Amino acid sequence: MANANTAELPQKQPAAASGNPLARTLQAKLDYDQLTNCMRCGFCLPACPTFRETGIEPESPRGRIALMKAVADGLMEPDQAFNDQMNHCLGCRACEPACPADVKYGQLIEQARDAIEDHADRGIPVTGMRKLFFKGIFPHRSRLRLLGGTLAAYRKSGLRRIVRGSGLMRLFPKHLREMESILPDATAKGVVETLGTVYPAKGEPIARVALFRGCLMDVMFAGTNVNTVKLLSEAGFEVVIPDNQACCGALHAHAGEMAAARELARVNLQAFADAGIEYIVSNAGGCGAMLAEYDHLLHEDQPLRGDAERFAARVIDVSKLLVDRGRLPAFAEPGNKGQEQVTITYQDSCHLRNVMKSPDAPRQLMKRVANVGFAEMKEADRCCGSAGIYNVTQPEMAGQILESKMEHAVATGARYLLTSNPGCLLQMKLGAAKHGGDSPMEVQHVVDFLYERAVRTEKHS
Amino acid sequence: MLDTQLIGRLRAIVGDGHFRDDREALVAHSYDGTPMLQSLPDGVIYPGSTEQVSEIMKALAEYRVPVVSRGSGSNLCGGTVPAHGGVVMVMHRMNRILEVDQENLTATVQTGIVTAAFTAHIESLGLFYPPDPSSMKISTIGGNIAECSGGLRGLKYGTTKDYVIGLEAVLASGEIIRTGGKLMKDVAGYDLTKLLVGSEGTLAIITEATLKLIPPPASKKTMLAMFRDLYGAARTVSRIIEARIIPATLEFMDNPTIRVVDDFAKLGLPRDMEAILLIEQDGDPETVERDIERIREICGLELADRIEVAETREQAEKLLTARRSAFTALARLRPTTILEDATVPRSKIADMVLRINEIAHKYNVSIATFGHAGDGNLHPTATTDARDSEEIHRVEQAFEDIFAAAIELGGTITGEHGVGLVKAPFLEWKIGKAGMEVMRGIKLAFDPHNLLNPGKIFANETRKRVVIDRG
Repeated sequence: MANANTAELPQKQPAAASGNPLARTLQAKLDYDQLTNCMRCGFCLPACPTFRETGIEPESPRGRIALMKAVADGLMEPDQAFNDQMNHCLGCRACEPACPADVKYGQLIEQARDAIEDHADRGIPVTGMRKLFFKGIFPHRSRLRLLGGTLAAYRKSGLRRIVRGSGLMRLFPKHLREMESILPDATAKGVVETLGTVYPAKGEPIARVALFRGCLMDVMFAGTNVNTVKLLSEAGFEVVIPDNQACCGALHAHAGEMAAARELARVNLQAFADAGIEYIVSNAGGCGAMLAEYDHLLHEDQPLRGDAERFAARVIDVSKLLVDRGRLPAFAEPGNKGQEQVTITYQDSCHLRNVMKSPDAPRQLMKRVANVGFAEMKEADRCCGSAGIYNVTQPEMAGQILESKMEHAVATGARYLLTSNPGCLLQMKLGAAKHGGDSPMEVQHVVDFLYERAVRTEKHS
Repeated sequence: MLDTQLIGRLRAIVGDGHFRDDREALVAHSYDGTPMLQSLPDGVIYPGSTEQVSEIMKALAEYRVPVVSRGSGSNLCGGTVPAHGGVVMVMHRMNRILEVDQENLTATVQTGIVTAAFTAHIESLGLFYPPDPSSMKISTIGGNIAECSGGLRGLKYGTTKDYVIGLEAVLASGEIIRTGGKLMKDVAGYDLTKLLVGSEGTLAIITEATLKLIPPPASKKTMLAMFRDLYGAARTVSRIIEARIIPATLEFMDNPTIRVVDDFAKLGLPRDMEAILLIEQDGDPETVERDIERIREICGLELADRIEVAETREQAEKLLTARRSAFTALARLRPTTILEDATVPRSKIADMVLRINEIAHKYNVSIATFGHAGDGNLHPTATTDARDSEEIHRVEQAFEDIFAAAIELGGTITGEHGVGLVKAPFLEWKIGKAGMEVMRGIKLAFDPHNLLNPGKIFANETRKRVVIDRG
């Protein structure tokens, strides 16, 4: 906690007078218009997961904006407590739809984190790890592939069994151990390696679309990417998968690595520019939201601004595209003759809901599956605590949030819990394993669930 | 800055984690929902029980440290800005529903409970608590009581004061009093319950409330009427009441609001309309049908340009969108949104709206008006920019004129937001010198050392009354 500095500062002092270098960076990077737009009505408070868990004003969007503004106004020096508070935010952005004044909270929190990162003194090990992940691995497909391959090998070789048996995992904090235990089988073979870069539509093509394959998606959930392409094809879309596309940059932006995020955005603008496509389809809410905001990300980049706006306008979630334009096949739960009702439920991806504003499409698709009952989970619109890498960096809060989430999930009596984002998928798998009891519910991506239940005349292989 | 011994004592009362005086906590409790007001407290405390509140008050009284008790800090009058420093007491931890008494139709709650959470529970039991301030998703029952919050149902169902029948409160000395009870009749002495409702945290800290519940109406119907003539709309309001119909909701939007709402929500509203009335009636189905039919006739007689009656719940929701979007649409226009609540007798609504428009024009500021036409409670809303001090000055002048105009029309400076800091300089305009003296006497009797929310309601100086220029 901060030192108890109760000495009265003047109500307002010229921002430039601050001797604190972080204060100066924050003053430069924070959008003062947005800070002023917050009228402190407090309507965001009930929407905020960290406020709900703690009931403490600084843990709310209004509180965090007040802290940012206090720094910008010279009313407060940013200290460790300030930095911690900025990092405590899940970034779920549930406060944005709740805001009457349309304050761009997501942008403010990224600006704050970007400034904090510029001055972060993390010590060599952490800096090294961040550099390795954000600059060394995520931007480079081949290295991520290699990592995927290594992880797969780790699994298949029995090394995982040996490591677990050896007690080596006990060296890691509990939350990382728990996470490791639910990681899916990573693969070195992504969607392009499996299907190639162009996949034809079944029947008369409705439109030519491009798949954004994501980085983690294509390593951890390559099967979901493959199913996404096949489902799109079933529904009448020709799918191209530009092989030179990069990571969307969301993890970078959320962690305050804005320059790296912009670099990745530029690569993607290039990669999708020549594909001759109507839509850029994402199957990960977090990536989709990032892509849909490239216009904001590259707003200052004069030559690319127009391209970024056009790119952002074409981004769509797979569920929304299927519902709006697709020739949907029939979906049915196999082997279910109606004796026993299978219940399914859905956990919103925050960014699909709050940023891409497509909360209904996945639900509409789920309700189309024959012999299956859809049960809405209480507070499905609330963040599950995954929030990018939040569950790794803020395990305590994430754990608290997950626990109440799973209570609601279990209460639906669902056999399947579906979601639309890899982070949520992992967090829900963790939740099901931890709080699901003896026969935990199965956690799946909406696309996988649907593709497996599509009633087809002939199967692609 | 607080005495270290006092800090030790406060920590001992509530436990370490529930008292804070770090910079983050002070900054985050230096404001409420009112634009342009900020003042740092010296400490923030989160009590967990009435006994703790009592112990805290004893300690603070001993050290003569002021206290601002609050819920979520969403009020619009500067009522919970710690203008004189001291300790901000946040009631959120005291948020339990202690009892719902189905025989007496009452609920007893701790005052830190969020209003929407309370009404959700009450409605799940098939009961009804009518006060519905627009902030109810975040505001607390305690905050609603302190400000005597209203809402959209004021006309037919009354406001918070009509539902508070008993209170537990901690006095400035730390003593605990209980007023009223589960009683529909009670004339044992002065009505301290009603006195504390709307007292803005200046008389006592309200820790527990007994609230009256009623059975919910069986059905509801919604309609919208649009008028080219402002007076036609206003006469419609009066004639509905004259016809002995009390609608559950009778909301109003003026032309500037209609334009802004249409820009925002793309509802295809006719932009040349001078007024829109949103009307809802509830009750048993036959009465609702009959009333709505009669209201439709009245709207026709007053030459409403367009009348829409919702046949389904979905259609009703669509009609409600226009009024519900008003605040949001206005809030997005400019960085700073100043929402006031001048209130006039409902027969004077058209006059008041015209006066507001004249005043806005005179000071060259942008003010749109919507509000609760049925109870004469208007929300003239200025959209401006806190950073433009010259414009802000003109906005302030305009609001002074608006307060004066409301009083001239037999109205009041505030219908449901409270006096707080913002309207303190104007209170005497409404209640006069003698009224001020009585109120000061009451304050002194409750709080002789002026520790409870100092600076609110009573201004150091009353604003000089301007002569209204009708030009």
